[in-house]
Amino acid sequence: MSITAARESKSSRVRTAPRRQRLVVTEPGWMRLLLIGVAVSVVGLLLVVPLAAVFYKAFSLGTGVYWRAISDRETIAAVALTVKTAAIAVPASTLFGLCAAWALGKFQFSGKSLLTTLIDLPFSVSPVIAGLIFVLLLGKNSWLGGQLEAAGIKVIFATPGIVLATMFVVAPLVARELIPLMQSQGNDEEEAALVLGASGWQTFWRVTLPNIKWGLLYGVILCNARAMGEFGAVAVVSGRIRGQTNTLPLHVECLYGGSPESVVGAFAVASLLALLGLVTLAAKRLLEWKAGQTAV
Amino acid sequence: MSIEVCHITKTFGRFVALRDVSLTVDTGELVALLGPSGSGKTTLLRVIAGLEQPDPGSGPIRFHDEDVANCPVADRRVGFVFQHYGLFRHMTVRENVAFGLRVRPRRLRPARAEIRQRVTALLRLVQLDFLADRYPHQLSGGQRQRVALARALALEPRILLLDEPFGALDAKVRQELRAWLRRLHDELCVTTVFVTHDQEEALELADRVVIMNEGRIEQIGSPDEVFHCPRTEFVMDFIGQVNRFHGRLENGKLYFATLAVDAPQWTDMPPRTASVFIRPHQLEVELARNGQPALPATVEHIHSAGVRVRLDLVADCGQRLYAELSHERFGQLGLSKGSRVFLSPRDVKVFPAPSTSP
Repeated sequence: MSITAARESKSSRVRTAPRRQRLVVTEPGWMRLLLIGVAVSVVGLLLVVPLAAVFYKAFSLGTGVYWRAISDRETIAAVALTVKTAAIAVPASTLFGLCAAWALGKFQFSGKSLLTTLIDLPFSVSPVIAGLIFVLLLGKNSWLGGQLEAAGIKVIFATPGIVLATMFVVAPLVARELIPLMQSQGNDEEEAALVLGASGWQTFWRVTLPNIKWGLLYGVILCNARAMGEFGAVAVVSGRIRGQTNTLPLHVECLYGGSPESVVGAFAVASLLALLGLVTLAAKRLLEWKAGQTAV
Repeated sequence: MSIEVCHITKTFGRFVALRDVSLTVDTGELVALLGPSGSGKTTLLRVIAGLEQPDPGSGPIRFHDEDVANCPVADRRVGFVFQHYGLFRHMTVRENVAFGLRVRPRRLRPARAEIRQRVTALLRLVQLDFLADRYPHQLSGGQRQRVALARALALEPRILLLDEPFGALDAKVRQELRAWLRRLHDELCVTTVFVTHDQEEALELADRVVIMNEGRIEQIGSPDEVFHCPRTEFVMDFIGQVNRFHGRLENGKLYFATLAVDAPQWTDMPPRTASVFIRPHQLEVELARNGQPALPATVEHIHSAGVRVRLDLVADCGQRLYAELSHERFGQLGLSKGSRVFLSPRDVKVFPAPSTSP
C-alpha cells in the first residue's frame, strides 16, 4: 500500500512540477515513505476499517434483517425527526452565518474581534454542556421554562429543545466558511454596484451571493452533516422517548443496548448515517472542484 | 455639470483624512487630484461620489448648484472607476457593462434590446466589443480598466470619477491609456476628476492639478503653474526633481552651501533661515569657473539612457546634487565618472522660514 502511494505521489509531483516552484528542501526517500506510511495507516485503521465494519455488521444477518431494521416504525420516526431538526437548524444557521459574515467581513466596528471569538464558542464548549445549558435555562424548574410550560409550550424533552441544541452546535459552521471568504473579497464589487444605482437588496442578490455561493453551499453541507449527526447536546435535551424524541444517532444507541438482532439493527441505522457522511464528503469534493474551476 | 465642495472635513477614528477642503471643478474640466499616499485624495474623490460621508459640520457638496450632500450614492449619477476596477467577477464583460441599466426600476429601465444596443456601442467606444462574452479574469489589466470605464459610462453620468485609473498597469499600457482617456474626455465632455500619485500622469493629462498633502490642498493650478510657480515648499519638492539646500537670508543676500547670491526682493526682511530649491536642469555645468557663483563638485554617476543626460554629483561641501543637460552639451564637456565640474545655478527658488529664527 505504501509503495503504490509513494509511486503515486511521485507521478503527481511530476505533473504539477511546471506549475509549482521546485522544492528546495527534499526529504530523503525513506523519510517520504515513512510519512506516507504513517498517514495511510492511521487513515486506514481509524477511518476506513471502522466504516467498513459498520456496513459488514449491518448486513451480517442478511438483507432481510437490515431492511426490517431501517423500515421499523421507530427508525422511520427517528429519520423524520432528524430531517425535521436539520430542516430548521440548517436554514437558521445559514441565515445567522450570512449575517455574521457580512457584519464581520464588510464593516468595521468596536467589539469585532470579540464577536469573532464568540462565534467559535460552540466549538470549544462540550456539546453535553451545551445541552445542559438549555435544560437549566428552559427546563421545568427554571423560571423561563415555567413560563413556557404555563403557556403550554414544552421545550425540553421535546422537538423545540432538540432543534435549539442542534442550532447551538452548528451555529458557527456556515459563518466560519464565509467570514474569510468575504474578508478576502472586500467591498469593491458591492461599492461598484451601489454607485451603479443598485439597491442594497439587488447588490446582495446579484453581486454578493453569486460570489460566495460555493462557500455558502459548502458550509450548508457541513452544517447539515453535523446537524443530522449531533449526539451529545441532543442526548441531554431529548429525553430519548423511542418513536418520539429519538433522533437517528440517539436511536442507534438505544438499539445497541438491546438483543443481538437489535444490535445489528443499530449498525443498520448507523449505516444510514455513515452513508450520509459519504454523500457529504462526495458533495464537498464536487463543490471544491466546481469552486476551483470558476475561481480566477 | 460642475462640482463644488465646501469646507469638507473627514476623520477616520483619530486619523484626519481631509481638513477643511474646498474645491470647485468647472463643467467639462479634467482635474487631477495629486499627492503622496495618505494625503486624502482618494477620500476626497469618495466624498464627491457619496461613498464616504463628510464629518458633521462640513459644508455642502454641489453638483451644478444642487446640494447633493444628503443624496445617497445611487442617486448622484456619478460614474466611478475603482482602483482595482471592482468588476463583477461572475459576470461577463457585457453583463458588467449592462448592470447599471438592468438594476433600474422597471419604469426607468430601457428595453432589453436597447440595453444590448447601448452596451455594444459602449464596448465599441472602449474598443472591447470583441471581448463581450469574456469574464474579467480572462482580460489583461488594461482591458479590465476599459471595461470598468465602459460600465461607469453606461449610465451617462454627469460626472466621472477615477481612482488611480492607471495605477495597476505597466508603463507602456499606461502611456497609451492616458492618451486614449484624454481623447475620450474631449469627445464626451464629461466633467472628470481622477486621483493619482504619479505627477507625470497628472501634469500630462489634466487641465488643472490639485496638489494635496496631509488632508489639505496645497495648490490648485494648471500643470504649467504648479510646475513653474509652486506656491509652497511641499509643491516645489513634490513636483519634479529638485536639489534642496538649507540657506539663510540676510541683508538682501542668500547664503546656501558655499554660495552667496543677491536676493534683492528680500532686502527688507529681518535675517532668517530659508529653504532653497534648484531644479536639476537649472544647474549650469562648467569645467572651469566663469565668474558666476559656482559650486565645485565631482561627477559620481552618469545616466545617459534618456532624452537628457542626468548626473549624480557630490559637491565639495558634501551635499549630493543632481544636474540635467542635453546630450549635445554632455558631449562638448566630455565628462566621465570622477570629473571635476563647477555648477552655477540659473534659477533659485527660495521659501523663507515663517518665523525669525536666527
